[in-house]
Amino acid sequence: MKRFRATYIIWLRDMKRYFRDRSRIVGSLGSPIIFIFILGVGLGSSLSFEGAAAGLDYKVFIFPGILGMTVLFAGVFSAVSIVWDREFGFLKEMLVAPVSSWSIALGKVLSGATIASFQGIIILMLAPLVGIDLSLWMLARLLPLMFLISFSMTGMGILFATRLKSMQGFQMIMNFIMMPMFFLSGAMFQLSQAPGWMDTLAKVNPLTYGVDAMRAIMVTEVASRYSLFTDVTVIILMSGAMITIAVAAFGRQT
Amino acid sequence: MTTAPVIDVDGLTRRFGELVAVDDISFQVGKREIFGFLGPNGAGKTTTINMLCTLLKPSSGRATLNSYDIAREQDAVRQSIGIVFQDPTLDEQLTARENLEFHAMLYNVPKAKRQSRAQRVLDMVELTSRQHDRVETYSGGMRRRLEIARGLMHYPHVLFLDEPTLGLDPQTRNAIWEHVHELRLQYDITVFLTTHYMDEAENCDRIAIIDKGKIVALDTPGSLKHDVGGDIITLRSGEADRLRQEIRDKFGLEATVAAAAAGTGGPPGERLHLEVPNGRTFLPKLFRELQGEILSVTVREPTLDDVFLRLTGRQIREETVDKKDAMKARIRRRRRIAGH
Repeated sequence: MKRFRATYIIWLRDMKRYFRDRSRIVGSLGSPIIFIFILGVGLGSSLSFEGAAAGLDYKVFIFPGILGMTVLFAGVFSAVSIVWDREFGFLKEMLVAPVSSWSIALGKVLSGATIASFQGIIILMLAPLVGIDLSLWMLARLLPLMFLISFSMTGMGILFATRLKSMQGFQMIMNFIMMPMFFLSGAMFQLSQAPGWMDTLAKVNPLTYGVDAMRAIMVTEVASRYSLFTDVTVIILMSGAMITIAVAAFGRQT
Repeated sequence: MTTAPVIDVDGLTRRFGELVAVDDISFQVGKREIFGFLGPNGAGKTTTINMLCTLLKPSSGRATLNSYDIAREQDAVRQSIGIVFQDPTLDEQLTARENLEFHAMLYNVPKAKRQSRAQRVLDMVELTSRQHDRVETYSGGMRRRLEIARGLMHYPHVLFLDEPTLGLDPQTRNAIWEHVHELRLQYDITVFLTTHYMDEAENCDRIAIIDKGKIVALDTPGSLKHDVGGDIITLRSGEADRLRQEIRDKFGLEATVAAAAAGTGGPPGERLHLEVPNGRTFLPKLFRELQGEILSVTVREPTLDDVFLRLTGRQIREETVDKKDAMKARIRRRRRIAGH
């Protein structure tokens, strides 16, 4: 247990900071809500897509995708706070303490995953407004799944953070990695109808499997791309790999 | 010293590519000593501290701290030391109290002791009344005091202070020094600090003067100044070279010439430094004998500035150092504003 002491402390610190910062919590909910209720409603009225024939509402279709987006952005953003800590010097305070760097990195992964899941849960509470009835059985599968996706997204964020020298570089990651990941995950449109190259990119995108799994649970009108079992297996493997690489990369930086 | 040294450094070297930042230095620091590293920026002070606190691996040589090897027993070394870096390392979003508690947890201080220790260190640095305010509302001096307090939370054997008074006003500097002296009485602690302020180095028990990665002198401030030999006479003159030659011929003394710092608005002419056993009785003789023009003259007791000048042939140019630091601080501030 002693080895995980630092992990707990780092987690605790991030929780304190997060829940103290009301504007961050409220602000982070802005774009998911806009996507669902403005883009979802507006675009849905002029769109034909698979499932529409069966009476599926477009905002219901994108809802699991928006959950994925929320978790992706919250997870990566939380992990990238390491860059802040480096710039403000606080990272040094952690790195000279008698604790191992992997336990610090693990603490960051855990806190990011907690924050991302928490934001995902808030969005999930909007489901009834969209027209999705959440059953207990749904929640029982969705919540662990969301936490798992949060894990892999935060792990990826830590990896970015170890490479980033300053916050200026974050714009690059936002535009060239996170936005494409979101759009190529099947969150907004079915990838089966998209060109082949998109489909290929989607296959190596971890978020694809997360969105697919959440949609399989929440939306019955659309056939899922993979089985739930395949989705979860891929997510577990990808999270494991991402976190291992991230923790190792964190240990090498100074 | 009867007890074993708390810091024992033997042939420590650190290279960055071609550059030898720290070049084969050796020294020992005893228990309860205030030990100062004095030298200009880029002399290797921070690199040495970074090696001693295990942030940087030495290229060669070895060092022990509290008898733990800095390369092989990192965690034990880290547990034995407190560090206040040049740049702040506080969490500004948390309160002072939370910063202290976070630190205590990282350093394994038992829960029962955290409260009383936090109270004790806060009292010492006089921040008790502000302990529940977020650090972002603190002034520079308060932050530095809080960092010193934080470094004490786990009762370290050695406290490292890297330029503890850099960028602070004179009043705050004095306050910091009072705390450092008090530390030793209250905590039975060894203090290792770096500075490029000569006047501050006088507060140390012993000083190592470091230049270009090498230790050029190591002694008490008193002995170092004593070595300079009596008083310092400074002559300002438009024909320094001629005067220098005259002094050499007539008194057998070697004067050092220092150009008046350009662009600082000081008086024109070159300055000539002369070390003599008794300045007051020597001056009349000097005036009788010299033919060259003398614009002004001062006599004073030696300072560490003179020691440094004597050892390296250069002055620690505070003007340029301060300009550089001010620029660094400006960049830091700008980065912060851009970030928010």
